[in-house]
Amino acid sequence: MMEKLLLPAKDRLLKSKSSRLDGEFRGKLIVLLCAAIMISATIAITIFLGTKGLQSFTKNGISFIEFLTSTKWNPTDKANPAYGVLPFIFGSFAVTFLSALIAAPLGIGGAIFMTEIAPSWGRKILQPVVELLVGIPSVVYGFIGLTVLVPFIREHAGGLGFSLLSGTIVLAIMILPTITTIATDAMSSLPNHLREGSYALGATRWQTIRKVLVPAALPSLLTAIILGMARAFGEALAVQMVIGNVRDMPSSILDASATLTTIITLNMGHTTYGSVENNTLWSMGLILLIMSFAFILLIRYLSSRRKLR
Amino acid sequence: MSIQTLTREIFDVKDLNLWYGDHHALKGIYFPIQKKEVTAMIGPSGCGKSTFLKTLNLMNKMIANVKITGEVKFDGQNILHPKTDLVELRKHVGMVFQKGNPFPQSIYDNVAYGPRIHGIKKKTHLDEIVTKALMDVALWDEVKDRLTAPALGLSGGQQQRLCIARALATKPDVLLMDEPTSALDPISTLKIEELIFELKEKYTIVIVTHNMQQAARVSDKTAFFLMGELIELSETSTIFSMPKDSRTEDYITGRFG
Ligand SMILES: Nc1ncnc2c1ncn2[C@@H]1O[C@H](COP(=O)(O)OP(=O)(O)OP(=O)(O)O)[C@@H](O)[C@H]1O
Ligand SMILES: [Mg+2]
Repeated sequence: MMEKLLLPAKDRLLKSKSSRLDGEFRGKLIVLLCAAIMISATIAITIFLGTKGLQSFTKNGISFIEFLTSTKWNPTDKANPAYGVLPFIFGSFAVTFLSALIAAPLGIGGAIFMTEIAPSWGRKILQPVVELLVGIPSVVYGFIGLTVLVPFIREHAGGLGFSLLSGTIVLAIMILPTITTIATDAMSSLPNHLREGSYALGATRWQTIRKVLVPAALPSLLTAIILGMARAFGEALAVQMVIGNVRDMPSSILDASATLTTIITLNMGHTTYGSVENNTLWSMGLILLIMSFAFILLIRYLSSRRKLR
Repeated sequence: MSIQTLTREIFDVKDLNLWYGDHHALKGIYFPIQKKEVTAMIGPSGCGKSTFLKTLNLMNKMIANVKITGEVKFDGQNILHPKTDLVELRKHVGMVFQKGNPFPQSIYDNVAYGPRIHGIKKKTHLDEIVTKALMDVALWDEVKDRLTAPALGLSGGQQQRLCIARALATKPDVLLMDEPTSALDPISTLKIEELIFELKEKYTIVIVTHNMQQAARVSDKTAFFLMGELIELSETSTIFSMPKDSRTEDYITGRFG
């Protein structure tokens, strides 16, 4: 140390080929490589899915309009095959929105409870519960749904039990931790001077929550809900175990149904690569990809609005 | 809780002690506050000025582990009584914070917040209150064309005046101000000081400041706090010309603190 300090300033301050700079360069290279791998993997998947997904229209000559709007799905019928995936698109959106409808109030309510009502003991109890819910694998959710929920619905609500409703409830529980965690972060990162300002004007705790805190956190709360919906939209296994997997359009919430993801997982095993049926599965995969881009765009839009506030 | 008594004292604090856990932050304070006067509180950092101010509207009550003893009479009623209605008290005793803290809402909604939570719904009535409050703080001309614009788009000085307007809109009797100008430039500071001068006609004001000139300029009475004790409370002219306590003199003349 001492010797170094005795060197003239010129020798100390000008960059030399020291080991420090080598380390700097190596570190830069490593992170650059990581970023490059991530980006190229994403691009590769997108291109692959894009080309594969479009083949059913370009190569197999299926009508794009029919694919999206027909409710008839019968790709294995040799004489008169039908390739309408509307019931599955509908099923995907139905379980996504309905599960968000259940999970959003619960999750945001839980977040408010943890941050505003009982920050000490409420958080101590709810936090581990939420973490536990995250850790349960989706096959277990499906299994519990299958053994508990499906018979319960069959007996008390009617129908087969395998239904949109079962899928919705299982998904709602699965996305609950996502929504709760992000909503909790959003609420607890609100500056304390908002609370003080409101209380000092004579507001009650409930008025403060409803009229100041929730509106202030709204963009983040919406982001929480959308991330939950993105998860619900893409979930396959647990839903497949309880939804019934029929190809018809459901006419009530108690009807069995199917989603894009469940049809893909069910059929990918017994279709041959390159066949028409296999290609239509890729097209459904492409729809899922486009939807997840849409979710990302929505979240981007919301977070840009958050910055403006 | 309406103002009925004829005495000039709006607050009468007797033997007030306050602890944050083990920390004895206010020690045996006796502090009468006169109606329609400006009382300034000075003293070194950590001496308990904010703590005392927050006792007057019981904002302290929300902090865990706080213990308060003694008597804080507002309009003859001891507000340390456990059954005190905080909503009602804070309607009468408004507060302005060190840093302007508007809600992330429109200018109009910020000012209308207090009246709305206290049950005023009629648009014409709200309009009237908002206009008047903004005029009172001399902000009306600057914002009248953009009442629906977000309040956070205003400058720091404008935000602080907006917060004063927000406090005035609930028609308080007392306005507590904790270093309201410490984050502002000299011109905005001057505007707020002029404002305090005008508000004195209608409101009782208690202001914390680290700026001696400000205390001397705006206040009728000045209180000097030191380490949780109220060392001296007298006419502002007296305290700055011939303080009774040598510690007050030392502080005012800048010999410590
Ligand atoms: N919430 C709290 N919990 C524990 N101690 C606190 C709390 N708030 C204040 N104190 C302590 O009480 C004492 C008085 O604090 P207070 O904020 O009233 O000082 P102040 O005179 O306003 O100082 P400043 O001029 O820096 O604002 C300080 O020692 C402070 O550390
Ligand atoms: Mg302070």
